[in-house]
Amino acid sequence: MAALVIAEHDGRQLKPGVTNAITAAIKMAGEDVHVLVAGHQCEAAAQAAAKVAGVKKVLHADAPHYAGAPAENMAALIVPMAGQYRHILAPATAFGKNIMPRVAGLLDVQQISDISAVESPDTFVRPIYAGNALATVQSSDGIKVLTVRTTAFDPAGEAASPAAIEKIAPGPDTGLTQFKGQELSKSERPELTAARIVVSGGRGVGSAENFKILEALADKLGAAVGASRAAVDSGFVPNDYQVGQTGKIVAPELYIAVGISGAIQHLAGMKDSKVIVAINKDAEAPIFAVADYWLVDDLFKAVPEMTKLL
Amino acid sequence: MKVLVTVKRVIDPYVKVRVKSDGTGVETANVKMTMNPFCEIAVEQAVRMKEAGVVSEIVAVSIGVPQCQETLRTAMAMGADRGILVETDADVQPLAVAKLLRKIVEKESPKLVIMGKQAIDDDSNQCGQTLAALLNWPQATFTSSITVSGDTADVTREIDGGLEKLTVKLPAVMTTDLRLNEPRYVTLPNIMKAKKKPLEVVKPDALGVDITPRLKTLKVQEPPKRSAGVKVADVQELVAKLKNEARVI
Repeated sequence: MAALVIAEHDGRQLKPGVTNAITAAIKMAGEDVHVLVAGHQCEAAAQAAAKVAGVKKVLHADAPHYAGAPAENMAALIVPMAGQYRHILAPATAFGKNIMPRVAGLLDVQQISDISAVESPDTFVRPIYAGNALATVQSSDGIKVLTVRTTAFDPAGEAASPAAIEKIAPGPDTGLTQFKGQELSKSERPELTAARIVVSGGRGVGSAENFKILEALADKLGAAVGASRAAVDSGFVPNDYQVGQTGKIVAPELYIAVGISGAIQHLAGMKDSKVIVAINKDAEAPIFAVADYWLVDDLFKAVPEMTKLL
Repeated sequence: MKVLVTVKRVIDPYVKVRVKSDGTGVETANVKMTMNPFCEIAVEQAVRMKEAGVVSEIVAVSIGVPQCQETLRTAMAMGADRGILVETDADVQPLAVAKLLRKIVEKESPKLVIMGKQAIDDDSNQCGQTLAALLNWPQATFTSSITVSGDTADVTREIDGGLEKLTVKLPAVMTTDLRLNEPRYVTLPNIMKAKKKPLEVVKPDALGVDITPRLKTLKVQEPPKRSAGVKVADVQELVAKLKNEARVI
């Protein structure tokens, strides 16, 4: 039986993470993966989904009441088609986390959240306790509803020829919520969860103004800028910069932690990065325990020096 | 209006979690327990709404072992008016939690349910959304601002890349994100007062809910350890290592 991946998109293209979820779906169902692209005027996103390797069919539902992908309307669309699938999955992003438990509830299924590995079609590994433990769980439900930790799966490649796109009738508008709009942080930098390099700052950075030092380094490296919860709580940067158990989970090739002490909750969000660099003036900072390279130095001296050297 | 808030008893977030050597779970014996931080934010939100005159009564609900009564007492010390414990020693998975809560909601008829977005033990992030589904109510997850006016609420949600604004019909289920508020500390007089507030204990059977787990935990392991790192003397050495050894820049 096929697997259905619920695509997160901006109308024009797929969000980073969707192709990783498709890789997870292939591990469950083989190359029999369908992708649902529901949105308002999202034809281009449907075409993008059709070009991903492993995708057999794209289902495209277009209606104004899918703008902002409200969980109520998305679930009302997904649930009637669920019987055709053994696995229904989405990336474990704010999008997937919002929609999928609603789908699971309506199907009377126990969702499996944030899986990091597929052991078999009914057995999955998922991090618990902020990644301090890994649980292997087996589902007895007929339909498996899952969200996928996108950093744990490689993105699926490009298909040799695009899959068929089937236009489907939109589901009902439940009218339960009204989408009023989004205020997205504007940045020229890559998205945090998709960036090859991330430069993150903590409480040690000291102020919003001082974050410019990190931004200069990030721009030199083509990196995204992240932050610890302490930096977010102190108001240095917006919440969507937050890397950690309660923020974003990242696993870039290079993670540079600046002025971050390394609270458990922060480590949970970045310790799967390939190479970790920590710069902190406190030689006892716990972040050094997970760092591949660590420098005990004043960040206000070290970071500009590094920017200059690159 | 009446608000229902949910509180979960979890291992204190500042305690180092240890995986049991037999791989059946994590060690919880003699470990400091506390209210899940996101649930604290939910209670605080309800109390602030009561202080603002928007809310008339706050009912706190917990599900789990008898010691969850302590968690409910904390919620009442923060300002909840009464508590309900659905008492069980069993492993109650998120779907079953949502089913139990549905029964309580049907009985109590609150206009708003406020829950933490996730519990920091199993990190599932499901119950609010699933409860909303079972009730066929709207949901507003990961909220950083809630303003109730009449039969609707204007909500700001934390999403990837920024914020989203929604207007939600009431009754609704909402889940809290970090920036919604900063929970208050409980004071001794309030702890004393909380001891006198009503706390009702019910069993899952009495609510007619089957809580049989759908997920079987086959094993729980420690994550792979990272190998020890290298201390570098200065920025020059760091950049050289990143270029020549790690080859990431």
